[in-house]
Amino acid sequence: MIPRALVFGAVPTLFFIAAAGLSFLWVPHDVTDLSIADRLQPMSAEYLLGTDQFGRDILSMLMVGARTSIAVALVAVGIGIGLGVPLGLAAAALRGSLLDEIIMRANDLVFAFPSLVIAILITAVFGPSAVNAILAIGIFNIPVFARVARGGAMSLWTLDYVLAARTAGKGRSRISIEHILPNIANLLVVQATIQFSLGILAEAALSYVGLGAQPPTPSWGRMLAEAQTMIYTHPMLAILPGLAIVLMVLGLNLLGDGLRDLLDPRLRRVRS
Amino acid sequence: MIRATNLSVAIHGTPILQNVSLDIAAGQIVGLVGESGSGKSMTALAMMGLLPDGAVAKGAIQLFEEDLLQTDERRLCAMRGQEIGMIFQEPMTALNPVQTIGDQVSETLTVHGAANGDAARKIARDRLDRVGLGHIGMAAFPHELSGGQRQRVCIAAAIALRPKLLIADEPTTALDVTTQAQILDLLRELSRSEDMALLLITHDLAVVAGMADHVAVMRNGEIVEQGATSTVMRDRAHPYTRALFAASAHQPEQTDMPVSDAILEVRNVVRIYPGRRNGLQRGSPLRAVDGVSFALKKGESLGLVGESGCGKSTLTRAILGLDPIQGGSIVLSGNPVTPHMPRRQRAAIQVVFQDPYGSFNPRWRVARIVAEPFHLLPRRPPDWRDQVADALSAVQLAPGDMKKYPHEFSGGQRQRIAIARALITKPDVLVLDEAVSALDVRIRAQVLDLLADLRARLGLSYLFISHDLTVVRAITDRVLVMQSGRIVERGETPEVFDAPNHPYTQALIAAAPRLDDVENAGDIDA
Repeated sequence: MIPRALVFGAVPTLFFIAAAGLSFLWVPHDVTDLSIADRLQPMSAEYLLGTDQFGRDILSMLMVGARTSIAVALVAVGIGIGLGVPLGLAAAALRGSLLDEIIMRANDLVFAFPSLVIAILITAVFGPSAVNAILAIGIFNIPVFARVARGGAMSLWTLDYVLAARTAGKGRSRISIEHILPNIANLLVVQATIQFSLGILAEAALSYVGLGAQPPTPSWGRMLAEAQTMIYTHPMLAILPGLAIVLMVLGLNLLGDGLRDLLDPRLRRVRS
Repeated sequence: MIRATNLSVAIHGTPILQNVSLDIAAGQIVGLVGESGSGKSMTALAMMGLLPDGAVAKGAIQLFEEDLLQTDERRLCAMRGQEIGMIFQEPMTALNPVQTIGDQVSETLTVHGAANGDAARKIARDRLDRVGLGHIGMAAFPHELSGGQRQRVCIAAAIALRPKLLIADEPTTALDVTTQAQILDLLRELSRSEDMALLLITHDLAVVAGMADHVAVMRNGEIVEQGATSTVMRDRAHPYTRALFAASAHQPEQTDMPVSDAILEVRNVVRIYPGRRNGLQRGSPLRAVDGVSFALKKGESLGLVGESGCGKSTLTRAILGLDPIQGGSIVLSGNPVTPHMPRRQRAAIQVVFQDPYGSFNPRWRVARIVAEPFHLLPRRPPDWRDQVADALSAVQLAPGDMKKYPHEFSGGQRQRIAIARALITKPDVLVLDEAVSALDVRIRAQVLDLLADLRARLGLSYLFISHDLTVVRAITDRVLVMQSGRIVERGETPEVFDAPNHPYTQALIAAAPRLDDVENAGDIDA
């Protein structure tokens, strides 16, 4: 049976991914298309969700903004998995060694910093851009995945099939790749969805303070920031990007929950 | 006193129990025997009113005048612990690790409002004394106790309110033989002196034979035979009962092998674990294996017996070249065994582990699992699929099973896959680490036959590690007895078993439950 959370999470997630995908091919209006004459239009057939103070189409901006959010979060998660998982696997394979100690203490060090503040620092120092936002968010994903990978791997290292692989003469790195990694994949997938949602939030926060993707690239966070001066006169300008962020993050969290229910080997054993 | 009449249980429409009728009188010990999945534990849960969600029970369970199946949850809660107590197989997980044992025993009393505060603690103390824990303080935590002591705490909590019925679900399966004997003695004595009915659930016929007044044999959710223990043991009216007995006492046919020179030599091996880290300091190092020497001859089957914590697993890992040793030497066919030994040599010694569920990567197909040790050869042979098929045939599995995943097999079949994997590189020595301990008796008998047959055909040498004396006796030529990291006795298996010299060996053999006595009685009558 498919967990209900999975369905409820997948719907908004896929919806936004589809919208972002569609924006490559077609948007109702060009987002760089300023037309002051059409500024602050209400919802209409021409502008489905209305326009902002520069007369840009909100729907188009949300679609292209989804692209930015998803791209930033995706690459940031990729950095976390790409560097964190090998580190975690190595730490588990050489449990108790100096390397394990170094990796995990370095993790603790990164964890000790408030991630968003440091991300703001990094983007402020190296200049605001989408790439720097990705790097700043990605760095803080590394220790998360390292810990998840190490924790999952450590319990697997005590299992008999790993011992059997060792009697088959396989080295630690080979066992990590062949036996450990596929069996912690479910843990990683669940963690990835959670980190993905946190990445979206972080990107929105950085853009909100002007340190994310730069104009004219639309971004949900900056749409919020620009709307705040008009929140009493034109509340929809703030509500729409806010709603997009909320739905996307909620969807991803539900998806993570649902995937955990679906992939958790303990639950699966009950079912089979 | 408690009587189940035509009890049937179905879970989501699948029948689990069918027409189970069982009667237990006060002070009586009833043994419920059967293989895994036969419905033993479900019967016990039904009696406690603890059936899982989706279970539908029919029939009746009468405790005195009340039908437990008709009783509401509130009343059942009051009865659990007060009228019916239960102890489980795993004393490690049955106790809360962050509560003292005194609190856990007195909890039963306070929950049922029988006593409070100091009064409850006083009774708890008394109950702990009663189960032979007089020397253990109330403030002890479970992790400070041994497995047997924890099981005693569980018993103390279960009998705190002097229940009329105690259900013991495999109470000694996780314990060593000497501890098992003590716990069984305690249960028997409690039942007799407190006039308490005892339902003893076990897979071990020998345990029932020595304990129960009345025995019921279960298969596929049905009781196929029940009656007074001596009658059932003697008559074995049902074919299934006969099959169980035959399997328990099964002796695989051993061909006399031409035993020649030593193939594996273990000389004065020492394995030291660094002491537990305590802040910046370390405790004193632990000598898990302390000067062990023996030789395994070609074609020989050598047993290694000992209780948990005696160092047999540590020794096994050293012999397989998985862990370094701190002293002595291990030599296989003239070459030293180390964690860095060449692959070709590693191929000559392979292993079968105990757990048929943890032994395989659940995401691999059987073909890949069995072929894994080919990694030890310079390159995987081009006909590797044929070789895997041959290995599967050798362990009586179909070559078509190569495409399946491990979860599609039963415990016994999985153990055959493990043997096939161990044999694929044509090793000289096979280490069998509790290889049949997790299997049901009938499956165990088949696997033992297979092992005996493989040894005769392939000229293998076995190092057979087990805590189960019956199995060791059935399959080994010589035996080593290990205690606290040392070999305390060694010799030809029949001689060691019939006339043990060392006090530890004597204690082990005396503690092991046996079926022989009953069988002899049966022979005389026949």
